[in-house]
Amino acid sequence: MHPVLTLVVQRVALGFLLLLAVSAVIFLGVAALPGDTAQAILGQSATPQALANLRAEMGLDQPPLTRYFNWLGGVLTGDLGTSISNGTDIATAIGQRLGNTLFLAFWAAVISVPLAILLGLVAARYNGRWPDKLISGVTLSTISLPEFVVGYLVLYFLAVKWQLFPSVAMVFPGMGLMERLNAVILPVIVLVLVVLAHMMRMTRAAILNVMQSAYIETAELKGLSPMKVIWRHAFPNAIAPVVNVVMLNLAYLVVGVVVVEVVFVYPGMGQYLVDHVAKRDLPVVQAVGLIFAAVYIGLNILADVISILANPRLRHPK
Amino acid sequence: MTDPLDRMIAAAQAGRMSRREFVGRTTALGLSAGLASALFTKAAHAQPKKGGLIRMGMQGGESTNSLDPALAASEVPFAVNYTWGEMLVDVSAGGEVVMRIAEEVSANADATEWKFKIRQGVEFHNGKTVTAEDVVATLRRHTDEKSQSGALGIVQGISEMSAEGDMVTLKLASGNADLPFLLADYHLVIQPNGGVDNPTEGVGAGPYKVVVHEPGVRHGFEKFANYFDDTIGHADQTEILVINDGTARTSAVQSGQVHMINRVDPKIAELLKRAPGVQVKSVPGRGHYVFIMHCDTAPFDNNDLRTALKLAINRQEMVDKILGGLGSIGNDFPINAAYPLFDDSIPQREYDPAAAADHYAKSGHDGSPIILQVAQGAFPGAVEAAQLFQQSANAAGIPLEIKREPDDGYWSNVWNVAPFCASYWGGRPVQDQMYATAYLSTADWNDTRFKNAKFDELLLAARAELNSDTRKATYSEMAKMVRDEGGLILPMFNDFVEAVRDEVQGWEPDPNGELMNGRAHVKCWLA
Amino acid sequence: MRIPLSALVGMVFTGAFFLAAILAPLIAPYGMAEIVGGVWDPASGAHLLGTDAIGRDLLTRMIYGGQTTIFVASAATILSFTLGSVLGFSAAVAGGWVDQGLSRLVDLVMAIPALILALVILSVLPVTLTVLILVMGLLDATRVFRLARAVAVDITVMDYVEAARLRGEGWGWIIFREILPNALSPLVAELGLRFIFAVLFISTLSFLGLGVQPPLADWGGIVKENASGLVYGIPAALIPAFAIAALAISVNLVADWVLSRTTSLKGGRG
Repeated sequence: MHPVLTLVVQRVALGFLLLLAVSAVIFLGVAALPGDTAQAILGQSATPQALANLRAEMGLDQPPLTRYFNWLGGVLTGDLGTSISNGTDIATAIGQRLGNTLFLAFWAAVISVPLAILLGLVAARYNGRWPDKLISGVTLSTISLPEFVVGYLVLYFLAVKWQLFPSVAMVFPGMGLMERLNAVILPVIVLVLVVLAHMMRMTRAAILNVMQSAYIETAELKGLSPMKVIWRHAFPNAIAPVVNVVMLNLAYLVVGVVVVEVVFVYPGMGQYLVDHVAKRDLPVVQAVGLIFAAVYIGLNILADVISILANPRLRHPK
Repeated sequence: MTDPLDRMIAAAQAGRMSRREFVGRTTALGLSAGLASALFTKAAHAQPKKGGLIRMGMQGGESTNSLDPALAASEVPFAVNYTWGEMLVDVSAGGEVVMRIAEEVSANADATEWKFKIRQGVEFHNGKTVTAEDVVATLRRHTDEKSQSGALGIVQGISEMSAEGDMVTLKLASGNADLPFLLADYHLVIQPNGGVDNPTEGVGAGPYKVVVHEPGVRHGFEKFANYFDDTIGHADQTEILVINDGTARTSAVQSGQVHMINRVDPKIAELLKRAPGVQVKSVPGRGHYVFIMHCDTAPFDNNDLRTALKLAINRQEMVDKILGGLGSIGNDFPINAAYPLFDDSIPQREYDPAAAADHYAKSGHDGSPIILQVAQGAFPGAVEAAQLFQQSANAAGIPLEIKREPDDGYWSNVWNVAPFCASYWGGRPVQDQMYATAYLSTADWNDTRFKNAKFDELLLAARAELNSDTRKATYSEMAKMVRDEGGLILPMFNDFVEAVRDEVQGWEPDPNGELMNGRAHVKCWLA
Repeated sequence: MRIPLSALVGMVFTGAFFLAAILAPLIAPYGMAEIVGGVWDPASGAHLLGTDAIGRDLLTRMIYGGQTTIFVASAATILSFTLGSVLGFSAAVAGGWVDQGLSRLVDLVMAIPALILALVILSVLPVTLTVLILVMGLLDATRVFRLARAVAVDITVMDYVEAARLRGEGWGWIIFREILPNALSPLVAELGLRFIFAVLFISTLSFLGLGVQPPLADWGGIVKENASGLVYGIPAALIPAFAIAALAISVNLVADWVLSRTTSLKGGRG
């Protein structure tokens, strides 16, 4: 087998092992939180008797290990179980939420990744001159404001003051694509602003780093145009760190957007997870945690593989 | 403060007030007679307009919410259940029992046996007729030993229930003159066969049918054609959007995406009033923000220390800064003028650092920091209120230290566990229920560990007492006991602060709960 | 040596922020928790920036808030960089099972959403400054590790590293003398961003009610205390938000300059 293929297979297998480990860690972690589901559901209105009844019904009186293996068995047979706090089927509830989250992440990524890399290349090309300074300055300001401040400012100006877009980005089944896009414009704008700077700056830094190499000098001496040098010679050699940063930000777009979901009332996974952590709804936290972990691990493997493929020295080990 | 004008206009709209009475009362408020008369004409002719879609944006919903009324514990489920469900009886804005599925209520002389006559021809959304058996089955499900209902404590006192024809008979272990108020509890939505078969079905006898149920996101309803009462349920469709973030909520009402929202941050009420198309409503209720001490745990087992802390809180400053003036000061007992039989002659406790210092010295406390546990979620502005308390107590030489806890798990790990913490009470329709819930020695939620045999005796005596003067005197005595010996520091009663768009008509203040006690979308209409 | 204007501005502001943080008790006009006015009083002679949501002097709050913010963020960033880059370089140099083990361990930590991790850890441990710094530093170290390793892997296959190995140099030499200087620029660029993220992370924690204990507050916490006034232009909400931005930008202007200097120091040859 080709060594690269071996490496990929190895990574994927390790990824699955990792997922298993993650599920155990999340289970133990949530179980270690003080308070329990029954108490969290009934809140201030809990009487000891109602509490005891609810605990027994939800199977919370069984030892944690039993509950963990029961759950694991279910997952392996494709059954995520039912939420213990409101009795709904988890797979159905998550299916819709995950769809929403991916929809938002997709549009934010489609806009931000090419834009970030393009801006990074331009900034590197005009290193130290005004386009570089302008790009760096603007992206730096957007990343330097807390996410909720960016969110509130966008909300206030675009939705309340000028009434261009809806302030509540609520999407639901049966909505047309255009309607959906109109609904998510504001959160997409905020997410793009938030992730753009990180990717753009890393692209710029990585390219400038490569620009010092001898082969770049050679290419320059050959008389190639600066943009061509960057695109053909510098960028392919700067791909490893760029891919890593892009991966981090893509993962963030999927798992880390709770604040944006809250500000724009977007029914995604983040809010769903936080609600269920607060209620100690283990099956849901487990399922969501597992999906998040799978996203992370998958993107990680992808980044590793791309880095390997992009680096001839790694592609053909001595 | 409630605008009394709103209340009068609403009364005129509903035909409950004559022109003469309306003009007389509004001119007393400073309106010119001509304007008052014109207002009356406008109000009396404002017939509810049918049709349209009313949207409410609300805080207080999570993706874990269920349609089972037994499990309702926050604002959104309350409102959702009132939309598809109907109650046996209800409590009006004026504090009286209103007939709903029951059309007549009667009790025997010592209030131990109650009879409810069931209205004929009321229909569930599944086409079945509401019967006395359904009512009994509902109460039984909540009273059941295996019940998970939050109403368990409320209906426990019913020892026997039976249905015969259209009559429901309830027998109580001991007399309770307030039983109908208890049965208006938000958990006790009447369900077909009591909801035993499928508690989360969302089928009731209410004005709207459930169309969309996405917990924590939105709840959509459409008008139930066979609803028995055509004086409410004007819109064709209604929607409740869960918007937990305060800024997002005010933005939604300002941009017109929703017609009404609950819980406007009092600090921005003045700013929001300036926004075009939006009115800010402030309704005094029974809810109160409190700091609670365990009377049986050192150092709070010393009444001088408790008194010192009660004197060391600046109530007016709290109302001004935490409630933006939209509330009233408390007097360390959980009852205010919104309750029937309230005694307004009990002297108001004031901020008195000198007296507080005296009591503190007398308590012999060792001067080590007194830890106050608090979370942002204890009540809106709780952490800020604790810091105000810390400053005013420091001025009296009392070393208060704040320990902020995460919202997550606060109600299970801190409230009713820690000896000194911040909390919130929504209030109850009647004094008896409030005291029985949290101040009776044996109450599960006695979160101040106030145990006083004399107090318990008075509570039971007042419960079966049908003479309201005697009852009022007893409640006054109980209030003084809690005020002077209890572990409750009650600096303020909060108003419900809400924002309503101009096109919403028929809005009326209701002290029983937020957004007209969770029924604004059912009772209002769009101009 | 000429210092560009942007770096100079960055240094002046960064210096001013750090100086204000260190001298907080000396320069703050009022006590940190002292209540001196009404709700959101506008700026006046007595209160240069006005007052906050419960009537404390905003300038005072800002000075003490800056102290908390800068201290926690700096400590967490230093911790995450030291730990993350040393481990990342070691993994790249050692390769094999050490690399696999460390990388997968980091994957494991990163695969669990940071929010859940923070919730779990901070609700079990008492929330003190030390715990906050450790949690933030360790969570962030995983991100630094990934970057450091990725950069170092590219460098370890270079001929000069090979040469050093053949010379029989130890790991320490290879990491600090061969890899570190060549990996410095992407790391320095990352350092500035990580510092911002640390500042933003504290404010998120304050949002969750897991930040520093009141009446102490970091800048994010001050925004949060006054957040409802944000869209109405209340200074008590806007000023700390812009202070966060100003701090972040000035630190990064300095980082940018360091970055350009390190690359030019390497001259034309890699």
